[in-house]
Amino acid sequence: MILPRPINNYQGVANMIMGFADPFDTLLDLQRSLEATLANDWLRDLTTSRGPFPPINVFQQGDDILAIIELPGVSKSDLQIEAKENSIRIFGKKAVDYPEEASLHRRERVSGEFDRTLSFPVQIEADGIKAEFRDGILAVFLPRAESDKPRNIKIT
Amino acid sequence: MASKKELQVAQKRELEKKEETTIPARIFVPNADIYETKDGLNVVLEMPGVDKNSVDVRVEDNVLKVDGKLDFSKYRGLQPLYTEYNVGHFSRSFRLSGKIDQNKIGAELKDGVLALVLPLAEKAKPRAIQVN
Repeated sequence: MILPRPINNYQGVANMIMGFADPFDTLLDLQRSLEATLANDWLRDLTTSRGPFPPINVFQQGDDILAIIELPGVSKSDLQIEAKENSIRIFGKKAVDYPEEASLHRRERVSGEFDRTLSFPVQIEADGIKAEFRDGILAVFLPRAESDKPRNIKIT
Repeated sequence: MASKKELQVAQKRELEKKEETTIPARIFVPNADIYETKDGLNVVLEMPGVDKNSVDVRVEDNVLKVDGKLDFSKYRGLQPLYTEYNVGHFSRSFRLSGKIDQNKIGAELKDGVLALVLPLAEKAKPRAIQVN
């Protein structure tokens, strides 16, 4: 999966000028972006149940990238992250076990093995990648490599 | 050996609210597994991002209501680049029958998964009858 290039942070500047930031701005942006993806013609032929597991949201924080993945019920020992060049791979298994004599009334939770790879169009500083897993949410912080940050060229 | 089927994840279902809320965040229905053992019912709800302090489980008028609130402060200042799932609070209600002992409901939250134990009331437990 290839991600679009990060966009310039014009909106961040506008927020600073207003003097306060609505904490729900990011969420509204997220919802707008998600609805735009769904309304896109490209996804017209898919059924309502779509998307590989686990669902990933990727955000831009300044120059760096933050990926947030929902993995409820997965223990840290069942989860692995690998970083290679410009991509990261998240894989493991989600186990949902019930006692032998239990009789199931309803089953909505998803379980099984998962393996997803994210590629980025920018250079990532592999040594600075940090991952935090709490309450079923995995947050992976990917700092941009110094060499990839735009440099000002002096005009003589 | 069966081939490995790729796991599909469905979109989060939004809660159909009967009243308007005062907060702008959306509320979604968490996925639930319900299973029954001889001791009672077990309900397992998936609410990623919810910790012990943000979950609220209450029983009122035979209705068990579970609310999980997310902390949106960590999303402050982020720009979405690629989104696959929606983020919001969670809420789900279940109507309980008289067979459940509402005073002995137990709850445990781990890794965003809330496991509720609804024990059967003593009078509703299956009883073996001795045949003389």
